[in-house]
Amino acid sequence: MKICVCVKHVPDTAATIKLAGDNGFEDSEIKFVPNPYDEYGIEEAVSLVEKQGGEVVIVTVGKATAVTTIRGAMSMGAHRAILIKTDSQFLDASLTARALKAAMDQDGLPDMIFTGKGSVDTESFQTQYRLAKSFNMPIVNEVSTLTIDSGKAIAEREIGGGEKQVIEMSLPCVIGVTKGLNEPRYPKFQDIMKAKKKEIREMDLSELGIDVSQGKTMIEKLEPVPERSGATMLEGSVDDQVTELVRILKEDEKVL
Amino acid sequence: MAKTGILIEIENNTVKDTSLGVMTAAAGQEIYALVLGQDAAVVKDKLAEYGASHIVSITASGDLSSSPDLQSQALAAAVTEYNFETLLGTASATGRDLFARLAAILDQPLVSDCVQVNIAEKKVRKSHFSGKTFATLKVNGSVLLCTIRPNSIEPVAAPTAGELIEFVADVADPGLIKIVETKKAGADKLDLTEAPVIITGGRAIKAAENYKMLEDCAQKLGAAVGASRAAVDAGYAPHSMQVGQTGKTVSPKLYIACGVSGAVQHFAGMKTSKVIVAINEDKDAPIFSKCDYGIVGDIFDVVPLLTEKL
Repeated sequence: MKICVCVKHVPDTAATIKLAGDNGFEDSEIKFVPNPYDEYGIEEAVSLVEKQGGEVVIVTVGKATAVTTIRGAMSMGAHRAILIKTDSQFLDASLTARALKAAMDQDGLPDMIFTGKGSVDTESFQTQYRLAKSFNMPIVNEVSTLTIDSGKAIAEREIGGGEKQVIEMSLPCVIGVTKGLNEPRYPKFQDIMKAKKKEIREMDLSELGIDVSQGKTMIEKLEPVPERSGATMLEGSVDDQVTELVRILKEDEKVL
Repeated sequence: MAKTGILIEIENNTVKDTSLGVMTAAAGQEIYALVLGQDAAVVKDKLAEYGASHIVSITASGDLSSSPDLQSQALAAAVTEYNFETLLGTASATGRDLFARLAAILDQPLVSDCVQVNIAEKKVRKSHFSGKTFATLKVNGSVLLCTIRPNSIEPVAAPTAGELIEFVADVADPGLIKIVETKKAGADKLDLTEAPVIITGGRAIKAAENYKMLEDCAQKLGAAVGASRAAVDAGYAPHSMQVGQTGKTVSPKLYIACGVSGAVQHFAGMKTSKVIVAINEDKDAPIFSKCDYGIVGDIFDVVPLLTEKL
């Protein structure tokens, strides 16, 4: 079984984002990590291949620095990787999907594709759907339970309020994963060393026939979300504080 | 006026408030309220009150509820039939899934989880970098597809006459996926992402059974109950209740954090809430520097008292 896992190289969620110009940010001094949701995909793919045989190929669209994220995925057990190089952190989701498809077409079609449910940088939540459509494969996103058995996948996704849908499909398919699916492993030292020797095949966007100027969404401006400047602390006895809070929420804020 | 379709979400024959907010996002446009797979007549008055000049029941020869692929195809057929320039929906579990499928079918750009939409200029505002920044995006497709973060736009009535239309989409299920079961979640719980009020318990809740205290308070508030990552990781609450990075993004009008320290990853999921209240024993907890109102105290003293006074 060949499984491709799409992994994005993103700023650590704990990093402070320093904006630069109208629509850029300083990426040289902050820590980048594999997109947290994608890690569940790596873990799932690696453990499936451990049980059923095959290989796990990481496919990343990103800047050359994304190699650190790829090595991280490899130390978790992925066998090899493809890095499709871009100049910018931000690429239109349609183009990202086209790039992923073109690379997979060249490398040989997978039996399964894993992605995270979305990326924590652009939060656009759609690349996996576009990728699935381009291959005419079934897709289920936000999957927290998965069973693969005799060419079929059975996936569970939450549809709100704790309610879950159980969805069945045939392989090959695309599965967007979320927390709850598994516990991503911590690589051991020897796995990190081994990962350094694994193959990373590099490709360029233009080589895959993708023209960045064809993107249909453009980031015009990035600005910090205004932070609250500190709470109004309520005072007095617990009873006084709670009474005052209820009054504020009803009368001043009108949210009750 | 741009022809704008709005995907309406209905629960128990009532239009969800979040859908009314989405209609308000399209105020001033020619609004087509789209009701998938059921008769729109029962909700006609409400939709007309909030600005829908056309109220469309979309059906197909097959059962639309059987597959999200079929639903998104029916939506795509409606976009073509009525020449929509814009199609908006709620960034709920259903809305996010259907719009992504639809965008792939139409090969048109989609912006998910917007907090503001300017239909005339085709510009939208949304969160980037897990809630740390807002991005303004210019969209250059022939159809503008957006989902709107629940509760980010306050519904405002804009009454019209409202004409009922029936549209039978000529579509067939590609048969790629099959819903084999829907698992209910015990009690009829309010969905976190769509709840107007949320009360969340952090690590200080100490045990799963102590959520009962928050549920009692939630009942008086009309709120949903959430959990911080620390509480989920400690096994006090299921992941479906987690607010924040790797959990749910919420934007209620009132968010009450009980015993939550306030990590950046938690803020990523709730910072666009209108009013944030924190109750924490530790006066130096980071949450107090980024919320609106704070009470320093033991949640086991404060919450029951709050429940009593509501």
